[in-house]
Amino acid sequence: MKLLEVRDLRVAFPTADGVVRAVRGVSFSVEAGRTLGIVGESGSGKSVSTQTLMGLTPGAQVSGEAWFDGQDLLAMPERQMRRVRGAQIGMIFQDPLSSLHPHYKVGWQIVEMIREHEPDTGKAAARKRAVEMLGLVGIPQPDRRVDDYPHQFSGGMRQRAMIAMALALHPKLIIADEPTTALDATVQMQILDLMRRLQREFDTALIMITHDLGVIADMADDVLVMYGGREAEVAGRRTLYYRPHHPYTVGLLESVPSAPGVGGRLKPIPGQPPSLINLPSGCVFHPRCEYVMERCRVDEPPLREVVATEPAPGEEPAGALPGGDLPRVDLRRDGTHRSACWLPHTAVGLDAGVAAARRAASEAADAGAGAAEDADGAEPEGGER
Amino acid sequence: MTAEAAQDDVLVSVEGVVKYFPIKQGIVFKKEVARVHAVDGVDLKVRRGETLGIVGESGCGKSTLARCVTGLYPVTAGRITYDGEDITGFSRSRMKAFRRDVQMIFQDPYGSLNPRRRVGSIIGDPFAIHNIADGADRKKRVQELMELVGLNPEHYNRFPAEFSGGQRQRIGVARALALKPKLIVCDEPVSALDVSIQAQVINLLKDLQDELGLTYVFIAHDLSVVRHVSDRIAVMYLGKVAELADAPALYEQPRHPYSAALLSAASIADPDEAERAERIILIGDVPSPIDPPSGCRFHPRCPKAQERCVAEEPALVVRDGDAADHLTACHFPVEPGDDLTRAHAGISQESTAPALPEATT
Repeated sequence: MKLLEVRDLRVAFPTADGVVRAVRGVSFSVEAGRTLGIVGESGSGKSVSTQTLMGLTPGAQVSGEAWFDGQDLLAMPERQMRRVRGAQIGMIFQDPLSSLHPHYKVGWQIVEMIREHEPDTGKAAARKRAVEMLGLVGIPQPDRRVDDYPHQFSGGMRQRAMIAMALALHPKLIIADEPTTALDATVQMQILDLMRRLQREFDTALIMITHDLGVIADMADDVLVMYGGREAEVAGRRTLYYRPHHPYTVGLLESVPSAPGVGGRLKPIPGQPPSLINLPSGCVFHPRCEYVMERCRVDEPPLREVVATEPAPGEEPAGALPGGDLPRVDLRRDGTHRSACWLPHTAVGLDAGVAAARRAASEAADAGAGAAEDADGAEPEGGER
Repeated sequence: MTAEAAQDDVLVSVEGVVKYFPIKQGIVFKKEVARVHAVDGVDLKVRRGETLGIVGESGCGKSTLARCVTGLYPVTAGRITYDGEDITGFSRSRMKAFRRDVQMIFQDPYGSLNPRRRVGSIIGDPFAIHNIADGADRKKRVQELMELVGLNPEHYNRFPAEFSGGQRQRIGVARALALKPKLIVCDEPVSALDVSIQAQVINLLKDLQDELGLTYVFIAHDLSVVRHVSDRIAVMYLGKVAELADAPALYEQPRHPYSAALLSAASIADPDEAERAERIILIGDVPSPIDPPSGCRFHPRCPKAQERCVAEEPALVVRDGDAADHLTACHFPVEPGDDLTRAHAGISQESTAPALPEATT
């Protein structure tokens, strides 16, 4: 049973410059106790899609469905939304300084939220719960710190206070939007560790939005990669890191400086993220893609299933064949790994063999279509023209 | 040996540099009530042509140190020599000449460019300040710089708002390169950028270093980025250098417990590695630099701390079994085989985070 199921969410903002199509048909779901990671660069629509679920994007044109516990969040009147927001779905934002009110004591802000949603709770009882929550998230001397103002807290403590607030009413789902981006590495470690332990304890579902692939590798069960307002790739965590299909995912993974490439050159994705007002035709990633085909320029690829699961014992793993031939082994599928790219569905992985196979497939497709012109001038490294 | 020759070729030498910021109170007569010990006795040498990485958490003084090195802040005590000359006593005119050699790239590509000025005039500013090139000559030079950093020279007349974050950072790089400096201090140059763009800017900085023989002081809190670009790395904690070593040596065998904890906290973009990784989770926050702890400043959070650490401040020297340029400021450095992941701070401390209660629901 899915706790949250979002279907074909579309969000657009009318502006003076034109309509910003921030989210263009995204579907995802989360189960209780699981973590969904949403990765993408700025402007990929990752934050807008979750903010829309919570009714936090006034003025936007929204369509789609979002079923949470049997109710459609997008069709809900504001009065009802107020009861869900905070109580059943908690949110943790990126910047803990601007999401706590500087004028009110931290404890008061938690108390206010508890009493707003549970009017029967007395002042003293609510305060006791606020102290408990602050203690739970590891704030020292919570009975004293509850009367501090946000500026008296350090960055890590403020983020802990935000988590305490998000958890105070035991929500079924927590949406964490870049919860550790503003924090130092050692504090990030503490906060992620805390979130993991609390999630296990309360069996909360978690949506983790971030651009940091390291955080996702640590936290998520399933990963959704967004680009230009759409899903680029959806997969289980290990599949995504070890057998990615979409060239954008591959590019993201390769542009992270990591131990094996010390001192060498990084492999960035060329170009800039697309403008959401004038989106590129066809696949939105095609202007930056090294395997671009004629088809990509005109035809937007749907999210299709790719071979993702581990090869059965005795089978050749995908990508083991050098020379640009695609592996022909029939790999098992389970429908969890989907990618919006026209490249053959077996071209998964990060090694050179797969890169060559991708290139060969892209060139073969262009040659087959009778369109030999290749604007990117890709060198025929690993395959024949 | 050439390596030894290179070691002696020091471009910048920081000797016992101290930088305090006074905290003043009072309405008519401002009285100094306390001091922020931002940088508190740092010795460092930057060799010609190398990249010295400086890492540390926010508030450790790394940016303040960088600003002292570029002469933006006067130091409270200590000496900074550039090419053998002490810059702390420079007159205004001497300082202006010094700034032709030393430039800075700032963190925020949105805040460091004047939004009302055109890109051409922003990049041309150094020429105007130093009266170097005028009119058509200046425009030509600016366009060359724009090309060098991978911007389209035709965008000379655009405003910063018309560029993306990565392109703005390239504008900042072009401006820093205008006077052909020898040393560039990069203060978190890529932390505001997306991963795919971050890699573009790092590659650009590396290419420019190879092409122009630049020396970098590279400050960042992202440990994987620092590791990628640096030859040597200084780890700072509360205004002091905790450890200074070659980048590979530091990452393979950190000797200071703080370096070990910091490195183990780096996020790893690989699920299996992340699961295997042995994380040292430090307790509490960095203490206030207004009143730093006695002795070794890391002792309240250190899993190896003993009584000696409270009383006596460790010197930044070579510890047993290390290479000659691997300096550690710790009485009890981490030995191979030490397991700090399950160790807890040995000395009682003020901000002790309580353990989470076990699951009861």
